[in-house]
Amino acid sequence: MRILAVIEHDGSSPKPGSLAAVGFAQAVAERNGGHVASLVIGHTVAGIAEILTSFGIVYFADSPALANPLADRYAQVIVDAVSRYHADMLVAASSTYAKDIVGRAAGLLGGAMVSDVVAHDWRDGQLLFVRPMHAGMVTETVILHGDPKIVTIRPTAYPQPIAMETQGELFPIAVQDPLPVGMMWEHLESKLGTRPDVTDARIVVAGGRAIADRHDFERLVGGLADCLDGAIASTRALVDAGIAPNSLQVGQTGKIIAPELYIALGISGAVQHLAGMKNSKKVLAINKDPNAPIFDFADYGLVGDVYDVVPELIGKLHEP
Amino acid sequence: MKILVPIKRVPDPDHRIRVDLQRIALELSDVPHIINPFDANALEEAVRIREGPVPDAEIIAIGIGDPAWQQELRTSLAMGADRAIHVGVSGPPDPWNVARILRAITERESPDLVLMGKQAVDDDSNQAGQFVAGLLGWPQATFVSQIEFIPLDPEPSIAGHQLRVARETDTGIETIRLRLPAVITADLRLNEPRYAALPAILKAKRKPIETIPLTELNIELSPRVERIALQEVSSSRKCQYVQSVDELLDQLFLNRCL
Ligand SMILES: Cc1cc2nc3c(=O)[nH]c(=O)nc-3n(C[C@H](O)[C@H](O)[C@H](O)COP(=O)(O)OP(=O)(O)OC[C@H]3O[C@@H](n4cnc5c(N)ncnc54)[C@H](O)[C@@H]3O)c2cc1C
Repeated sequence: MRILAVIEHDGSSPKPGSLAAVGFAQAVAERNGGHVASLVIGHTVAGIAEILTSFGIVYFADSPALANPLADRYAQVIVDAVSRYHADMLVAASSTYAKDIVGRAAGLLGGAMVSDVVAHDWRDGQLLFVRPMHAGMVTETVILHGDPKIVTIRPTAYPQPIAMETQGELFPIAVQDPLPVGMMWEHLESKLGTRPDVTDARIVVAGGRAIADRHDFERLVGGLADCLDGAIASTRALVDAGIAPNSLQVGQTGKIIAPELYIALGISGAVQHLAGMKNSKKVLAINKDPNAPIFDFADYGLVGDVYDVVPELIGKLHEP
Repeated sequence: MKILVPIKRVPDPDHRIRVDLQRIALELSDVPHIINPFDANALEEAVRIREGPVPDAEIIAIGIGDPAWQQELRTSLAMGADRAIHVGVSGPPDPWNVARILRAITERESPDLVLMGKQAVDDDSNQAGQFVAGLLGWPQATFVSQIEFIPLDPEPSIAGHQLRVARETDTGIETIRLRLPAVITADLRLNEPRYAALPAILKAKRKPIETIPLTELNIELSPRVERIALQEVSSSRKCQYVQSVDELLDQLFLNRCL
């Protein structure tokens, strides 16, 4: 089996979560004697392609026309790469990038696609995929019919890839002329700030509706995160209220994370929120309602008002 | 201008979902069903487009499922769709077959815009919109939280881009322009869907729902995804309550969480 992993990057290096797709591909290839290659798309991505050669062959498409991820162009490049490599399987780590672009490519490649895979298994030589549905209340096990198979995996569920002894070869992919022009890039308004990325951080502090405004979000959620070198996150309630940017939303329709410690401040524990954080190693919930469902999904609970508890916590963490 | 809005009937996510004893199907008979929340956002946006920039827009709701789906289509008509199409199949097909059916309907109806939910809250696949866009070769904008109609620019390199949309991505809000026809998938922050008022519900009873059998579309379902098992997920955590910040810090340090 030939497996092609689509790698997302930030312009200078591959995204760590994205590399978990190679980790998954290696696990599958090891079992069935398959081969793994990576694909990187963008403009001035030679350096990123070079980094990826430590995991095997790398295909890369580099063009000013690919400077920004527009789904119609990128999906076309993916389809070309799949045919160049004769890939039987296309994998990517689940993210808005992969859902958008790899999803479209899958539509061009016959639609044998499974999203958000958290585990896999073999039965009679056939791959079984396990994935959550219903906001994570249920998991389903599925098989795919048709080739190529297209898989997105949860980066929290798969390890980083293992480097090879010898570097893989680099193959440029010529960009088709003309590329589709029905979509045009304008800009990206990014509010990432200086804190660690929520998907990679060891500790994540998340705020819910208990937080009244932006100032308090920065003071309580941001303040506690900074004491712990942690990342910040939020529920949908705060994003809807304009208190937190959308890129911080954790849950069914936001990011899926699994840090060592997740601290939920004034979060009720709706299934849609739990869907994004319940695989955290440890969960601490602080909520003034002793019956809040979040406590059923927490390892440590403190019943109290976040406006009292969090300042005290920050104060004590600052003490030598 | 024609806008096609696919509507999925899903179990109400506020209800606990159970798996049957054979662990192959969900027990849904007692669970109320609703329009998939993201589809409601898509429909609401279509209605706002008609109320705003494109008064002559025609809105067609389409459902692909068993006869029970007529209920959600009726609700869609009450929310403002002009007419509805019901493609009869025994259960909701996988995203690939949904996309094939939507392509066939698109070829019949020639809409300018397919406006749909970004994902269904039951299977959470987040695939159908991208599949349809790929199959049709149309521009796509997924996870959209804002749609703006813009004047056509005479500059040839950017000619014909009629829509400016904001997309919610992992790195922030991305703004792109699209040519029509296009596929747009809605995120929750696109709008707040309205509740249909009584007069609208009564009026909806007179609006047409056309039923189309699969055979008329010349489509044979060929599932790409086959489910072989289901499992309920429950929490294995036992919460240890602490009474004070000091006790909390002790526990966190003791268990090497910090
Ligand atoms: C289709 C769909 C998708 C969704 N996707 C997501 C998603 O991806 N992510 C997400 O988060 N949500 C999502 N939601 C929304 C979700 O259902 C909940 O509405 C949301 O998670 C609630 O956020 P919350 O816990 O902050 O607010 P609430 O549910 O209002 O809870 C606030 C909590 O704070 C406590 N509290 C209040 N004041 C204080 C105080 N001073 N001190 C301590 N505790 C206090 C209260 O006791 C309560 O438990 C989605 C909903 C739908 C329908």
